[in-house]
Amino acid sequence: MLIRCRPRANPQGQATMAIERLLRRLTAHLDPVLLALLGLLLLVSVIAVASASSGNPDKLTAHLVNIAAALTALLIASHIPPQRLMQFAPIAYAVGLALLVAVALFGEVVNGARRWLDLGVTRIQPSELMRLAVPLMLAWYLHQRQEGLRPLDFALAFTLLVLPVGLIYRQPDLGTALLIGASGFFVIYLGGLSLKLLGALAVLGVAAAPLAWHLLHDYQRQRVLTLLDPMSDPLGAGYHIIQSTIAIGSGGLTGKGWMEGTQTHLDFLPERSTDFIFAVLAEEFGLVGNLLLLALYAAIVYRGLTLAARAPTQFGRLLAAALVLTFFVYAFVNMGMVSGILPVVGVPLPLVSYGGTSMVTVLFGFGIVMSVATHKKLVKT
Amino acid sequence: MKGLRYITPEEAFRQYRRRLEAAGYIALALLVLLAVRFFWLQVVQYERYHAMAEENRIALVPVAPPRGTIYDRNGVVLAQNETAFTLELIPDAVGDVDRVIGQLAQLVQITPADIKRFRRLRAEAKGFESVILRARLTEEEVARLAVNRYRFPGVQVRARQFRQYPYGEVTAHVVGYIGRISAKDKEQLAAEGRAANYRGSEHIGKAGVEGAYERWLHGRTGFEKVETDSAGRAVRVLARHPPVAGYNLQLHLDAGLQQLAAEVFGEHRGALVALDPTTGGVLALVSRPGFDPNVFIDGVDQSTWAELNHPMTRPLINRALRGVYPPGSTIKPFMALAGLELGLRTPDDSIIDPGYFSLPGSTHRYRDWKKDGHGVVDLKKSIVVSCDTYYYRLAHQMGIEAMHRFLAPFGFGRRSGIDLEGELAGLLPSPEWKRRRFNQPWWPGETVIAGIGQGYMLATPLQLAVATMALANDGVVYRPQLIRAWQDPVSGRLQQAAPQVIARIPLKPQHLAVVKQAMVEVTLPGGTAAAAGAGAAYAFAGKTGTAQVIGIKQGARYDERRIAAHHRDHALFIAFAPAQAPRIAVAVMVENGGSGSATAAPIARKVIDYWLLGKRPDAAAAAVPAAAPEEEREDAHPVPAEGEPPGAGNHGH
Repeated sequence: MLIRCRPRANPQGQATMAIERLLRRLTAHLDPVLLALLGLLLLVSVIAVASASSGNPDKLTAHLVNIAAALTALLIASHIPPQRLMQFAPIAYAVGLALLVAVALFGEVVNGARRWLDLGVTRIQPSELMRLAVPLMLAWYLHQRQEGLRPLDFALAFTLLVLPVGLIYRQPDLGTALLIGASGFFVIYLGGLSLKLLGALAVLGVAAAPLAWHLLHDYQRQRVLTLLDPMSDPLGAGYHIIQSTIAIGSGGLTGKGWMEGTQTHLDFLPERSTDFIFAVLAEEFGLVGNLLLLALYAAIVYRGLTLAARAPTQFGRLLAAALVLTFFVYAFVNMGMVSGILPVVGVPLPLVSYGGTSMVTVLFGFGIVMSVATHKKLVKT
Repeated sequence: MKGLRYITPEEAFRQYRRRLEAAGYIALALLVLLAVRFFWLQVVQYERYHAMAEENRIALVPVAPPRGTIYDRNGVVLAQNETAFTLELIPDAVGDVDRVIGQLAQLVQITPADIKRFRRLRAEAKGFESVILRARLTEEEVARLAVNRYRFPGVQVRARQFRQYPYGEVTAHVVGYIGRISAKDKEQLAAEGRAANYRGSEHIGKAGVEGAYERWLHGRTGFEKVETDSAGRAVRVLARHPPVAGYNLQLHLDAGLQQLAAEVFGEHRGALVALDPTTGGVLALVSRPGFDPNVFIDGVDQSTWAELNHPMTRPLINRALRGVYPPGSTIKPFMALAGLELGLRTPDDSIIDPGYFSLPGSTHRYRDWKKDGHGVVDLKKSIVVSCDTYYYRLAHQMGIEAMHRFLAPFGFGRRSGIDLEGELAGLLPSPEWKRRRFNQPWWPGETVIAGIGQGYMLATPLQLAVATMALANDGVVYRPQLIRAWQDPVSGRLQQAAPQVIARIPLKPQHLAVVKQAMVEVTLPGGTAAAAGAGAAYAFAGKTGTAQVIGIKQGARYDERRIAAHHRDHALFIAFAPAQAPRIAVAVMVENGGSGSATAAPIARKVIDYWLLGKRPDAAAAAVPAAAPEEEREDAHPVPAEGEPPGAGNHGH
């Protein structure tokens, strides 16, 4: 009895309880398993960036700050009820599309591509917004129609997808366009697109390939050609691929050891802390390290999809699964590019590459995944 | 079918699960694809990529060996390596090279010639290689550059080794010089399979001992295994294979004697060779005018080059090896010996010299240099007064074939084999040679003038010295040799170069004694070189000679002020001393020096004085007297015999 009373009388104990309560509230919507896996990946990221920056403390500090910010974003996202997200979806999509149109009309040209919009106060890249807004919008739309889906609904869904993707492709930003297209496609596919239509689309896609080739920009075509034969241009476009392939291959079974990668530390590896960071890991930790990394990605995807399937609403399921699969596509495309089986597209290795924007976007997405999986009672179905 | 599709939420969820699983399996398949790719790169192809990564980062940087030092017989340095600071640029790292050079010029002096050289060197170098902008920086300049170093990335001050010749032009023709490795040198090195050893070298021996002993002096190139970054900059040294220095060489040459010999020539052009008769060692080898070998090391500028190739002086020509002259009267002691050895003369046989010689049945007169003749002349007197008539007659009697046979072992008409490159063989004529050369028979008149060393016969000062050595040595001929010893840089052991006997001419001592005594008397009162021999503290054996210059030297420009001087005879003198046990044999040639007694003999005397007595001529006597007393002048003006082809007497060179 006495013991039970004491906390009341003790202001310190009261404070501890308050903090405990707060913590419980904060972590209420987090999934410990997924969080632990993401934490492991972030640890890998710190190790890789430390090596890639050759122990430059400023860069490492900046990276840790980015991670902290991204984890905060995850925490926040996990608290946003899916209902709120649904309300927000059409607005985000509309604003994003409007901004893309504005970019097409008034955007700034940087490095030959019209991607940025100057709002006077700050410059924004609307395509970043669309990474979330597109799956959000499509999940919302298909959720609305889940009771009776007609082919027309899929046609409309495709329209919703093609508009922003087309605008982004025209900037031109092929990589982002393809990945956003993929995220939207995942929503539609999981939403029940008939397999016949899917097959027809696939046939159409193959048939349209020559046309697509024709529509590609010269530099994009060059990237594809370089992939097929990097040695055709060893000092130009092929250089990145050659050097990253050498880095990976020379890592061997167990790698050269942390901070011992010659390709990394002697400056042969380009973009080593961002797009090509995978080569740093592959060189220093070898095949063993690579397989562990693949296993980690597989575990995250598996856990993410498990959580998505737990979501009580169709909206939550579609959105969460699309986000997880998109995350996987990012990882696959990046590792495929760095190891020379995919053309060079500017895609960072998610949650490993240095760079705040990608880090925050991806963890925010995982926050949403956790949110839709844990906000059960708050959503009416 | 195409209408509304109603499904229950449970149905929708099952479909979702199926599709999610399918997506999961596809993702897994893609991960396996990546794993296979990694396995391919990191296990199957590991060796290849490992090699490529190593090739990326590891560079073998050659390290040039220190070149061997060249010493004289007393250990005086004739060629050495000198460390000096250079200002160098790495063009790739500098960026705007012209701007940076402009800024550097405000700190240290940079001449247009420096910039010109820089551009030339830069054109040859790779972009990441360091190129010399300024050599031999002063300490103050080094300090000034060190303070401003942060302003100039890609600019560095380095300590480099330079070749330096302390005796400069005095030893230029013996020691030679090194120069930048030319495209031709590279071809040659590649053909000999030595190119790898020159990977780090910028210079190669071009002339003199530097050229002839290049293989010994150069040493073995070392390598540093260096880790480089993508810009080619060395990050750290992984392994070193140090270079092996070249051999140090010791020459028979005496720097003091060489310097004195060069000095006593004064303004005269000419050559001197002094040999050690006991070994064949070259004590001095002088060709005047000289040139400064130091200018060759990094390339000569145009005006210096023009000066070095002036058609009149041609300082680059090594006259001791490549100047060919008629031996003139210096051939007489050898002819006298031939007369004795072949049994054509005894010491006591004498002639009455009317001042000329005529072939039997001919009215043509081969005149003695002394118009009225020398009266009664025996063998000894013929040498002492240099009687032409005596030798006209002797040569006629002997015949050209016998003359050729006797003189050849003394080294006439073939290369001596001295350890320098570019030696000429001279010419010891024979009927066979003439047939080959001109497709003409030998005329008797040609034999007559050959008796006094005129006509076709040509010899280099070196050949005269070798023949004199043979005489002094009682017929033992050594190969003239500059190298005396070499030092292995690793063991430090000094190895002596053995003298090489190339011929032993069987000569009777009594014959030699007569000729040698006559040569001693040449430098005594009454002899042709009495003035030069006056007061000699040792038995000074010598013989004067004069070689005619007719016509204008090929390639020379007609210059009225100089033509007279240029047409003057070349003065010759051969000598050895002390006569009873010779320690030095000398041949001197002074171009357009007039008579041998007037200009050449005094030079030989001073050189021998220095060698035997350690005596240096005082300053006033250093210059060669301009003219000699009239009666000591000897002249030979043979007139071509009838039937002799025109130009046979033209032995200009």
